[in-house]
Amino acid sequence: MITAQSGSQAISVVDLVKRYEDVTAVDGLSFDVHTGEIFGLLGPNGAGKTTIINILCGLLEPTRGKATVLGFDVRKESSKIKESIGVCPQEPAYFSYLTGRENIELIGNLHCMEGGELKERTDWLLESVGLGEGSRRRAGKYSGGMVRRMSLAMALVNDPEIAFLDEPTVGMDPQSRRATWGLIRALREKGSTVILTTHYIEEAEALADRVGIIDRGKLIALETPQSLMEEHGAENLEEVFIKLTGRRIREEV
Amino acid sequence: MRARRVTTLVVKELKKLVREPANLFMALLFPMILTVAFGSAFGGLGSGGTDATYTVGLVDLDKSVSQIWADSFKEGISDTGVLVVAEYEDNETAHADLLQGKIDSIIILPEDFGDSVDSFLAHPADPGLWVNTTLGLAVDQGSMIVGAVVPPLIQQVLASTIFGEQAMTVALPLIIGTPTQVASSHLTQFDYMVPGLFAYSAIFVTMLVAQAFSTEREQGLLRRISMTPTSSSEVIVSQVIANMITGAIQVAIVYLVASLMGFRAQASASGIAYALTIVLFLVLCNVGFGLITASVVSSSGAATGLSFAFILPQMLLGTFVPASREIARFVPSHYVTDALTSLFLRGAPLSSPVVMMDLLVVAVVSVVAAVVGIAVFQRFGRG
Repeated sequence: MITAQSGSQAISVVDLVKRYEDVTAVDGLSFDVHTGEIFGLLGPNGAGKTTIINILCGLLEPTRGKATVLGFDVRKESSKIKESIGVCPQEPAYFSYLTGRENIELIGNLHCMEGGELKERTDWLLESVGLGEGSRRRAGKYSGGMVRRMSLAMALVNDPEIAFLDEPTVGMDPQSRRATWGLIRALREKGSTVILTTHYIEEAEALADRVGIIDRGKLIALETPQSLMEEHGAENLEEVFIKLTGRRIREEV
Repeated sequence: MRARRVTTLVVKELKKLVREPANLFMALLFPMILTVAFGSAFGGLGSGGTDATYTVGLVDLDKSVSQIWADSFKEGISDTGVLVVAEYEDNETAHADLLQGKIDSIIILPEDFGDSVDSFLAHPADPGLWVNTTLGLAVDQGSMIVGAVVPPLIQQVLASTIFGEQAMTVALPLIIGTPTQVASSHLTQFDYMVPGLFAYSAIFVTMLVAQAFSTEREQGLLRRISMTPTSSSEVIVSQVIANMITGAIQVAIVYLVASLMGFRAQASASGIAYALTIVLFLVLCNVGFGLITASVVSSSGAATGLSFAFILPQMLLGTFVPASREIARFVPSHYVTDALTSLFLRGAPLSSPVVMMDLLVVAVVSVVAAVVGIAVFQRFGRG
């Protein structure tokens, strides 16, 4: 078992298992996430990253094991967890008949944010993700990249203690990706915890304080990117993954 | 449950209604167009013009020693070939059926009917010895010509009963009371359709709700909302409220457009409030049907198709399409149309047992449908 080394725990996972009939999506995971860190979950498509996020957000019941988020049990206290988290799903889900601003404000209202605070936060997020000018257009008219950026803003509108960002930069142009990285770093600076799933090696290397490498539902490594590379004599995390699994990270599983 | 979240989701639903052309058409423009179309097509046509017979409800209170005159009178009514007799035990039941349009008029044979005829035949020239009495009569002017046809026919049958074929116009101890008229103006076929139009609009809520939930599930929007502290109860309650608001707007649209097309409801403000209430119950019922539909389908396209399993029976049996009452009583929309017909066309009071019973039936069925719909959706429909 790989465990946290120091700091208070925002998330604690012990022997977590999720099975779908004869498929085991998550296979006995145990790890901790420290408060205020950017925790990267790196792995190929289908490795089980999204399933882990869904369990931690209270959207999926684990088959076995225990997980707590901010001290709350994911099985019994998911409503309390949802009050303090923000989620950017892998597939953006938004209301096409609402404007970009309305989509963001909708999530803020569902978190019962105060009117003035919500407007201020929405304005800031729209500018931060580069949607200031298009904020009053219906989201159904947005390009794929704009939708991604709006989805990120929707996840962060309630200023969450923990932000779950599931492949947040897929489909973004390099400029938007850099802007998103800046936003994620800003979250850490103000004390939020970020769980970031990605299959972009450079993204994990650039952002994550620690990286958990997932393969076929198992956690096969957990360390800082630098430590992992040093430990395995690799120049990047892609090489670490190859040394651990014998495969490239973007190969289909 | 937080009011803030429910309000937010209701506002979202109403924005969808206004901004999505398909929803706007189905919820608001469709009832308007339908009302205008029917008003134009049927507004000038009278009702009952081709009906050659009229059903007379007969309440026989005669307690005279001899029943021969009462029997003879009933036989005489049937022999007219125009009037059909339906016997009733009491006036209340007959009156309720008159309000419902099941019969066209009521004749009440008084307790001393037979004694009165006997007294006349025994002393035809001595009015002082006659037993004077009055036949009660109520007619439905909603049937237009029945008010003009039935009283003279009854008078004729009464004279034939006493004098045989050689009916005479002489003074009698038996008089026909001034007919009680169920107030109704000149009604057109359109007038008879309007109560059904109110129900018709509400029925399509099944499709709107089924599409809303299945589409949002398909697009991951229900899941997106569930990533916030919003409970599924708050989502469903917001859907119910949004559709109630839509239903209220539909009622207003149908009433307004129908009035512009010549519909003249006899209902008071309280009657209109009753109409709104019973239609909103039907909306609730169809929200339940919509939730059940959304729970068992895998796509929004299938939701549209399957929702007709609930829409068609209600439409064909419970609105303005002529249907057997025996079958129609199994669909909730029938009770809405029935109540609004009594209220708007026949001037039935709100306290009328039939009107109250209709509301009770729709309310109970709607609450059951909504509870079942929510339970089924919570169990199978959230995806």
